[in-house]
Amino acid sequence: MRKPQKATRQGDCKEAGIDTMAKKKVTKKKVVKKKVTKKAAPVKKGKTTKKKVTKKTTQKKATGDGTTKKVVRRKKRTHADTAKLLVELAGNIATQVADEQDPGMEIPIRALSNVSFDARAGLIRMGTNAQRRSFFNVAHAKKFMQTTIIAAGCKQLADQKKSTSLRDLFYHSKRTIEGTRENTFDDQKESDPIIEDLEVALGSMREELGLYAEPRGAMVGPMVIEDNGDTIDLSKMGSGGWAIPSIVEDSVLKFKRGSAKFVLLVEKGAVWGRFNQDKFWQKHKCMIVHGSGQPPRGVRRLLYRMHHELKLPVFVLVDNDPWGYYIYSVLKQGSINLAFESQRMAIPKARFIGMSAYDAARFDIPKTVTIALNEQDRRRAKEVMNYPWFAKREWQKEIKHMLKLGVKLELEALSNKDFSFITNEYLPRKLKDKQWLD
Amino acid sequence: MATSTSKRPTSKRNKRDAETMAKSQREISVSEFFAKNRHLLGFDNPRKAVLTTVKEAVDNALDACEEAGILPSLFVGIRPLSETRFEITVRDNGPGIVRRQVENVFGKLLYGSKFHRLKMSRGQQGIGIAAAGMYALMTTGKPMVIHTKPKKNKPSHCLTLAIDMQKNKADVSDEEERHDFPSPTGTEVVLQLEGRYQRGKQSVDEYLQQTAIANPHAQIIYQPPDACKSREDDEDAGPSLIDDLDHAMRLAEEIEETTTTPGGTVIFPRAIESLPEDTKEIKPHPQGIELGMLIKMVKDSDSSQLGGFLQNEFCRVSLRVANEITDRAQDLVKGISTITNRTYLSKIGHSECEAIYGAIQDMRFMSPPTDCLAPIGDDVIRAGMLKGVRAEFYTSVTRPPAVYRGNPFQIEVGLAFGGDLPSDEPGRVIRFANRVPLLYQQSACCAFKAVAEPIWRNYGLSQPKGSLPVGPLVIMVHMASVWVPFTSESKEAIADYDEIRKEMKLALSECGRKLKTYLNRRAKVKRENERRSIFGKYLGEVVRSLNVIDPKLKPAKLKSQFEEVARRYTETADMEFDEDGNVLKKEKGTREKTDDTVVIVDRSAIETVTPSKRKRGDAAVEDLDQQELFA
Repeated sequence: MRKPQKATRQGDCKEAGIDTMAKKKVTKKKVVKKKVTKKAAPVKKGKTTKKKVTKKTTQKKATGDGTTKKVVRRKKRTHADTAKLLVELAGNIATQVADEQDPGMEIPIRALSNVSFDARAGLIRMGTNAQRRSFFNVAHAKKFMQTTIIAAGCKQLADQKKSTSLRDLFYHSKRTIEGTRENTFDDQKESDPIIEDLEVALGSMREELGLYAEPRGAMVGPMVIEDNGDTIDLSKMGSGGWAIPSIVEDSVLKFKRGSAKFVLLVEKGAVWGRFNQDKFWQKHKCMIVHGSGQPPRGVRRLLYRMHHELKLPVFVLVDNDPWGYYIYSVLKQGSINLAFESQRMAIPKARFIGMSAYDAARFDIPKTVTIALNEQDRRRAKEVMNYPWFAKREWQKEIKHMLKLGVKLELEALSNKDFSFITNEYLPRKLKDKQWLD
Repeated sequence: MATSTSKRPTSKRNKRDAETMAKSQREISVSEFFAKNRHLLGFDNPRKAVLTTVKEAVDNALDACEEAGILPSLFVGIRPLSETRFEITVRDNGPGIVRRQVENVFGKLLYGSKFHRLKMSRGQQGIGIAAAGMYALMTTGKPMVIHTKPKKNKPSHCLTLAIDMQKNKADVSDEEERHDFPSPTGTEVVLQLEGRYQRGKQSVDEYLQQTAIANPHAQIIYQPPDACKSREDDEDAGPSLIDDLDHAMRLAEEIEETTTTPGGTVIFPRAIESLPEDTKEIKPHPQGIELGMLIKMVKDSDSSQLGGFLQNEFCRVSLRVANEITDRAQDLVKGISTITNRTYLSKIGHSECEAIYGAIQDMRFMSPPTDCLAPIGDDVIRAGMLKGVRAEFYTSVTRPPAVYRGNPFQIEVGLAFGGDLPSDEPGRVIRFANRVPLLYQQSACCAFKAVAEPIWRNYGLSQPKGSLPVGPLVIMVHMASVWVPFTSESKEAIADYDEIRKEMKLALSECGRKLKTYLNRRAKVKRENERRSIFGKYLGEVVRSLNVIDPKLKPAKLKSQFEEVARRYTETADMEFDEDGNVLKKEKGTREKTDDTVVIVDRSAIETVTPSKRKRGDAAVEDLDQQELFA
């Protein structure tokens, strides 16, 4: 199972923005560790089976309300909990230095090498490999410093019982290092992965650290929710829809009532706009959601909650290209970079409604609106094909067919027939004929 | 066809028979030959003519002093008479030349003391100074003036001497006895010639500079053409040439560094108060001679019998070896002639010589003695380079003596790296043969070819294919030998013998290895220092953050703890390394192992020290602009 995954590493890094550091060779120490964990497997197995049992029971009971919460790993940490964890981390470093050791912290590796596909659960799970980020290692020193700064920022947030955006924390942490011309952080692209590192190192969710991302994505549909205490009717959101916040936990967002039968995730905001304008959600009793490309964690978590708590099937409508397939894949199994979050985000039963490589023929779409696959597309398609979770015969057939045709197709291409072809003809027919993959 | 060609031209052409042709056939004097082929002697162009003249005179002067056991003190003056005409004066404190030999030494080409012997000396053929005189005569019509004082308490001879080119002999036009020679004995040569003077590469300045490096026992005072020049226009401008020279001569005894007087006279002071070791003259090695030479030696020998001849005229030939030679030679001429130790030399004809020569080629002889060689010495080379090149790393190697074609020779190499040397240009090669700098025909020289051998990449330098290594590099190569094989009479390049090239390569490699060790070490220390600075840089932020997370963690204490660990983790930066770049464990009581063939100068540290040098000497002396000469 490892091999094909390794072959796809490059693509994943691009997609999921994997921290390159995590790619470092596994040191001897770690190999030993691995063995130990293998040997100690019985204990672990016990644990996992236990989990599964609880899961099964929760799923059985899922018809009732409230029990669904048990799917979540553990109780949400309070600000005090987080502060305690951070103090522990700092204390640990101080003790190591006092012992004249190279201070370091264990950071689980967020890379393809440390994830595995749990075929039974249909999830990507993070492995146990961790990397020691030590200060007296030239390659690590800066990141170590950055991690402590981010940790300090989070501690301040926890102390003040506040939450803030990733960008906020970036600015909070950015300064010129004393006596040099170097900045602690030059770009938010530097601080974001550090925050993710801290998340995995502490085993805390981002929101538990008091952080949220820039809101991205929108939703409309026949549903009434309570957002931060305000009741919002999602069928009356105008053309822009309800902006999906970064944190959609139970504490912020509550589902009140609604008549939606399913959820439709559309890849792009523009196409989503077409669905909204044509009141597709009214006609088909569904929630329509978009995530501006690769959906952010907020959108994924929201879909997850709707799927698990409201028992709504999720359909995914993306461009017909390898990147579209991958968006679907992340939604369904989780991403490699955020494998530690799959459990609370992945929707293994999500369905791929389109666009399929076969749709061009099915809907008689003219050749002129297709785009030839370039070298990068082909490479990515082959990588996607090798993911274990795309091993199903139908999926292999689908991707092979795209490669055979040698073209990709954007959702907008359907407008070549008619502006509302996608909402009036295409999707209704696909839903009716159950032309989806999962 | 043959008939037609023989007919046609006869009608028109001047038919000349052997008798008429004989009228125009006459002896060509050597002088005439060289007058026509002046480039063979190094007088190809006006600029080089000035250099060659100075070089020949200086070489002779140094040779004479050393042979007489006198520490050389030379004066070299170039006085401009017009834009293209110069008067060159070279004066030494050597033994002088007895009156009866003056005409021969200066007025005859191929007359000399050095051609017929095997001894390490600068001059070889006995062409140089006479050729310079001839060139001077040809370009300006002025004969040279020789002023020599061979006896302490007797007056000196001052001769005006022209060379009769047809007869290859001197023509003395004026002669007087004088009492004003500045040293007890010595010789002064004054020549007037057409030439061109320019500083920089391949200049007299460079030549003298390098001569001073290779001859630290010599004191040279040099007045370039532009010395005291301003005086001609303005009486108050500065000291006169004579005054400045007096000043320079007084100064020369006090200073240690190469200095320039206010008047522009350059002083290369004596660095070592002892002459190079006296070299022994050796007899030819049997395997170093050619057949013709052997025949001539047989003819000229005083010995009566072959055995005696072999033992007396060659080195490394004992009675036993002589027996072996004759036995083998006997085998070669079996039935035709007899060759034994007792054979009279008068009976040795051409075929016998050939047999002896053949026998010698197949035998193994002991290498020639090496006490005939006086290398500069690796320490002296280092000291010389240290003075002349502003680098950071200096090393030098003196190889053990080796033999080519029966001639013993010894290779020395010095290498300077880094510092103020230009790093993006090919390295510079300074070549010496028997302590004489070689300035021209670099690419034809064995030394240059040896440096261009592809060995430098192994030592951490970049080297384009087939050319010199690129980097801040000056390489000095010296060949000492009883007979340096030059490619031409002008003695500008060493011939490319395999044995010589091999020795040079070995010496260069040895220097290269030392350089690499240094570079490795420097890189390692630099890396460690970088590491330390990285930790130092981030340390403050880390401590501050930890304190924010947990105010109980006190910054001051944390910081000192961090620094302690940092010191431990980067202590390599303070470490000493051995030749291979391994860490040297400092053991109690034992002194650190250091390579005393290597000198390392920290230029950044030295900059602040240099002003003290300038205090020496009473006038505002300034360092000779080394960079210009070595650029």
